[in-house]
Amino acid sequence: MFKLILRNTLRHRLRTTLTILGMAIAILSFGLLRTVVDAWYAGVEGAAADRLVTRNAISLIFRLPLAYLNKIQTIDGIKKVTYGFWFGGVYIDEKNFFPQFAVELPTYLDIYSEFVVDPEQRQVLVKERNACVAGRKLAQRFGWKLGDIITLKGTIFPGDWELVLRAIYDGVEETTDETRFFFHWDYVNETMKKNFPTVANQVGWFISQVEDIERAPLIAAQIDATFANSLAETLTESEKAFQMGFVSMTKAIIMAIQVVSYVVIAIILIVLANTMAMTARERQEEHAVLKTLGFQGRHLVTLIAGESVAIAFLGGLAGIIAIFPAAHFFRTALGNYFRIFNVSDETLAICLLIALVVGVVAAIFPAWRAARVPIAEGLRRIG
Amino acid sequence: MAPESTPPILVEINNLTKSYRRGVQIIKVLENVCLNIPEGEFLALMGPSGSGKTTLLNLIAGIDQPDSGLLRIAGVDISLLSESELAVWRHRNVGFIFQFYNLVPVLTALENVELPLLLSELPRVRRRQQAELALKLVGIYDRKDHYPRQLSGGQQQRVAIARAIVSDPVIIAADEPTGDLDKVSAGEVLQLMTRLNQELGKTIIMVTHDPRAAERASRLQHLDKGVLNACTV
Repeated sequence: MFKLILRNTLRHRLRTTLTILGMAIAILSFGLLRTVVDAWYAGVEGAAADRLVTRNAISLIFRLPLAYLNKIQTIDGIKKVTYGFWFGGVYIDEKNFFPQFAVELPTYLDIYSEFVVDPEQRQVLVKERNACVAGRKLAQRFGWKLGDIITLKGTIFPGDWELVLRAIYDGVEETTDETRFFFHWDYVNETMKKNFPTVANQVGWFISQVEDIERAPLIAAQIDATFANSLAETLTESEKAFQMGFVSMTKAIIMAIQVVSYVVIAIILIVLANTMAMTARERQEEHAVLKTLGFQGRHLVTLIAGESVAIAFLGGLAGIIAIFPAAHFFRTALGNYFRIFNVSDETLAICLLIALVVGVVAAIFPAWRAARVPIAEGLRRIG
Repeated sequence: MAPESTPPILVEINNLTKSYRRGVQIIKVLENVCLNIPEGEFLALMGPSGSGKTTLLNLIAGIDQPDSGLLRIAGVDISLLSESELAVWRHRNVGFIFQFYNLVPVLTALENVELPLLLSELPRVRRRQQAELALKLVGIYDRKDHYPRQLSGGQQQRVAIARAIVSDPVIIAADEPTGDLDKVSAGEVLQLMTRLNQELGKTIIMVTHDPRAAERASRLQHLDKGVLNACTV
């Protein structure tokens, strides 16, 4: 039976090849679109449960006074607090975009333990006021080496900012973002004090590490209560919720991507179902002969479904194999937009599962019909 | 001198009726057909197109069901069997030979002959041996690894005959087995069928338009407009 399924699959080589190709492209598209969505959520997935983000309650673009730091630190249950802001400078050209943050480096690196810095490099990094640290992928992207001078043109903070690369961090996991760039908040603040004193001593956000995750919501409420009715009221939420806020701004796009990915699967399902229906129709007489020999409806269902699943599986497998070079291309070409573009095991498993389901579903109608056609009708002869 | 024993009746047909529906029209194909076929007989069914001979053959072979009447084969009223029971019954009792051979094009001659045995409990080696034996019996063993497209019409029909006899059926139903063959090949196929009947004692029911083919049969029955007229060869 297996041999017959295999031979039937190869009977119309061109048709089978084209269907497998179509299936492969559909699965490749689905896998890539799913990976795009995953990449979108990468920040959310990378968020730690023990970190709370405190920002201005009105909007993220409004800052908070540094003076809040001491008050936050005294709240019971908080282990460590760091702070910083989004710098948003331009490196040589705008197309060279990468996320830049001016942060309180020692505490920041303590709280963000997923960014691993060599102890010797860290020592120098912390000591030098214009030192900076870049992720491994970012350094590779621009060919930076330790000691290189990186000049950023400020867009929010005017001027040219010369920074010396003193450390390169590695992600603790494969999915850790290695494209970030950090330098001393103090370095920016000192300049602000001199040139724009009204915006000095301000931060974009505080990040608090809590001792007990269970108490995090309570602590968040406590922080906000501390600054209630002040000039800059705060909004404190978990890091995940904070990241989710960014993602939800683009929810419609994500939804559209997800819909497109399922539409692609629906199309290939129809294509394969049509192929199988055509195949079954062509073999109607052959199926009648098999029935004459004693084969039953279930045997024909096995033959047709087996062929359909074989085509879908081969197409799915080809699509899955193609996902890796395609994802690599995306990572290289769109690295600015998708800092993490890894094809997850879950995506691969779903792709394979979808291929198999498509194979089975596509065979249902042709197999049902083949099983039901009376032998005499199948032989098309009435004496 | 002992009296010659009469072979038992293998196929017993009484008042068999069959009609088909085409749209709103009901076409009566067989009407009150009565026929007994003894075991080991070679029966030829003749008649003009549309006379119902293939329908009668299909009913006897269990690939169609009658509307009414008795259709008993080897003591089993096959009109009472369900579709799946009938499939099992066909596999065990009937070998079918088609006009256009109807071999599976993606299987070799040997694999085509082995096909009905896939439904049996036989192990693979035993199946192969049996299929090879059937091919030897019809004299086409040397072409066992050829695909149907690599064989002539006569050779393909021999393979089809081997497929029909491989599971040692009680009845061989042949629907115009020489209809698509040249004179020489047709003669060879008919000779083979005669051998199966005479040497192996197979009961053969053959539908044919060819009077020369019918001459090989031990009995000839004419059908006209669904009614059977008895005529002994």
